[in-house]
Amino acid sequence: MIGSIPLSDVLLASAALFSIGIAGALLRRNAIQIFLSIELMMNAANLALIGYGAALGTAEGQIIVFFVIAIAAAEAAVGLAIFVALFRHTETIDVNKITLLKW
Amino acid sequence: MRSPLWLIPAIPLAGFLVNGFLGKRLGKKFVSVVGVGAAGLATIAAYSRLLPFLTEGAGRQTAVETIGSWIAVGGLNLDLSFRLDPLSALMLSFITFVGFLIHVYSTGYMHHDETDAGYARYFAYLNLFLFAMLVLVLGESFVLMFVGWEGVGLCSYLLIGYYYDREYAAAAGKKAFVVNRIGDFGFLLGMFGVFSLFGSLNYSEVFSRAALEPARFSPALSVVCLCLFIGAMGKSAQVPLHVWLPDAMAGPTPVSALIHAATMVTAGVYMVTRCNVLFRLAPETMLFVAGIGAFTAIFAAVIAVAQNDIKKVLAYSTVSQLGYMFLACGVGAYVAGMFHVMTHAFFKACLFLGSGSVIHAMGGEQDIRKMGGLKSKLPTTYWTFLIATLAISGIPPLAGFFSKDAILAGAFEAGHPILYAVGLFTAGLTAFYMFRLVSLTFGGTFRGTPEQAHHLHESPASMTLPLVVLAILSVIGGWVGLPAVFGEHGDRFGAFLSPILLPIAGREAAHEALPHATEWFLIGLSVAAAVTGILLALRWYAKDEGRVPARMAASMPGVYALMVNKFYVDELYDVVIVRPFEWLARTLWKVVDVLIIDGVLNAAAFLIELTGDFLRFLQTGNVRNYALTFLLGLIALLLFVVGAN
Repeated sequence: MIGSIPLSDVLLASAALFSIGIAGALLRRNAIQIFLSIELMMNAANLALIGYGAALGTAEGQIIVFFVIAIAAAEAAVGLAIFVALFRHTETIDVNKITLLKW
Repeated sequence: MRSPLWLIPAIPLAGFLVNGFLGKRLGKKFVSVVGVGAAGLATIAAYSRLLPFLTEGAGRQTAVETIGSWIAVGGLNLDLSFRLDPLSALMLSFITFVGFLIHVYSTGYMHHDETDAGYARYFAYLNLFLFAMLVLVLGESFVLMFVGWEGVGLCSYLLIGYYYDREYAAAAGKKAFVVNRIGDFGFLLGMFGVFSLFGSLNYSEVFSRAALEPARFSPALSVVCLCLFIGAMGKSAQVPLHVWLPDAMAGPTPVSALIHAATMVTAGVYMVTRCNVLFRLAPETMLFVAGIGAFTAIFAAVIAVAQNDIKKVLAYSTVSQLGYMFLACGVGAYVAGMFHVMTHAFFKACLFLGSGSVIHAMGGEQDIRKMGGLKSKLPTTYWTFLIATLAISGIPPLAGFFSKDAILAGAFEAGHPILYAVGLFTAGLTAFYMFRLVSLTFGGTFRGTPEQAHHLHESPASMTLPLVVLAILSVIGGWVGLPAVFGEHGDRFGAFLSPILLPIAGREAAHEALPHATEWFLIGLSVAAAVTGILLALRWYAKDEGRVPARMAASMPGVYALMVNKFYVDELYDVVIVRPFEWLARTLWKVVDVLIIDGVLNAAAFLIELTGDFLRFLQTGNVRNYALTFLLGLIALLLFVVGAN
């Protein structure tokens, strides 16, 4: 049961996940990997929400998480569609090679 | 059947709309029918009101007909209403009638040389003018008068510049508009003054209130009336705002006859007479009016003596006669002034139309030095022109004699011997230059080219018929206002118009008629002046072929140059006003606009462009840079929030 885990541990885990996500998003060049890193950050936030919800004994945290998951699914569909279109256009998904907005 | 008053101006307005929008496609015949028909119907509608009004005699009532509320803002409540009283009835009678005659004349005059579009445009403008002029005289408030006032100014501009492809005509139109605008500004100020004094702009309220409490309003009225008179000076071409009228002759001749002689230019006199209650409470302004009038009369007459363009002579003559009318208003002889407005409309329209007939026959030539001997070739034109000339010269029993005599008698009666002397001298001068014109144009032998001589012909009936009608009116038009020496009831004109001179509270209408002997003496003097002028002109120009004046001109080249060049007024304005304004405009353009305003704007734009040139290097296009910046920004924000707590 999550109730038996102290809140500080949950938050630590969440922070660790979030940091990994940030590092991945900033350091990776493959668009899909960046995308996955962002998903990781989102789930870190989910974890923190659930932890707080459990600590406070309310349901709001879990409710918000459900919303986030639903929206993340939709967002994943859009994001992947963009990558497909991008790939068709440039034949690469290396973000360093896609600098269309450069000065 | 009596037409409602609003219908009288509405008919020419309808004619304007039809000819203005459709005339181009409908051909000359249709345009003539609509244009002349509208003027004719307006005349009939006007006379359906005028005839009962004239026959009602002493029991007649001033009719005010209201269509509806027009402006209701704050303290100003203005109805759209028209007024028929002796003064507007008088103006109405000759505006519609002379206007109709000139429409008829125009069908002959304009027929040859214009395209369908130009012909339609001409008649549309002419109808629009008639509409505006009728609004001007029939309106019951200062504001409605102002609407007409601006309307006739616009039509004047449009018709002076009718031959817009000729540069001098376009320039003349512009000049007329600008000079009139100066006057209009005075009129506007006067109107504001009237409103602030009386809280109303309706004639009936303003004038009755002024007449009831003269002491209360009298001091402020000097300034208000001065402003109003400046408006009249612009419209009626008084010195120093006279410069536009001679140039206005660039328009077609019937236009000169209708607008720049018979009707529009007398609007100033009408306005001053309409406001006679106010002016009578402002004696200083009255004196100013009389002085300007007398000066204009003699000034323009002197210029007219040395002009060689047939229309220019008539134009300066018009300026001079308008000066007479203001002289009359200034000495308090409003009735005499209006009398002269009426008779002048007849004989000056006749003269202008006659000159149009001459120009028509001469194939566009206007220089009287190249005419001569037209008497036999244009008999109808000659005789009508001669009659009108005798009328303007003041030969009894023609129309001009009675009105001019009434003005001179008025000046004498009011105790202004100098003004009287100026008027008398001008009368002689008028006779002189008019007979110089007649002698040079119709007398002697033909001095033009053989082609012109071959071309000479009498004008068609549509042109001669109005001439004949106007000549008849020039003869009999004055008989309605006989001087007192011819009997008690000779002055039916004065009796008819007297109701407009509202009695002012506390002032006796002390009207001591001149002794008959004095009056006979004055009549004798004015006739003598006219006859002297005529005989001198005939002797110098008809018999002597102009050798004496030529010698005089040669012996005094300075004076002659001054007269020929119209006392260099235009040149003076050019130096004093036009060029400084051009310089100012150019400075505003080149310095203020181009350098300062555009400069500030361009500097601001340049600064932004410069900033952008540096800041655009932030846009690497690399999405990971953006993400990093985003993260750093987020951290900074967090630190800030945490730090603030």
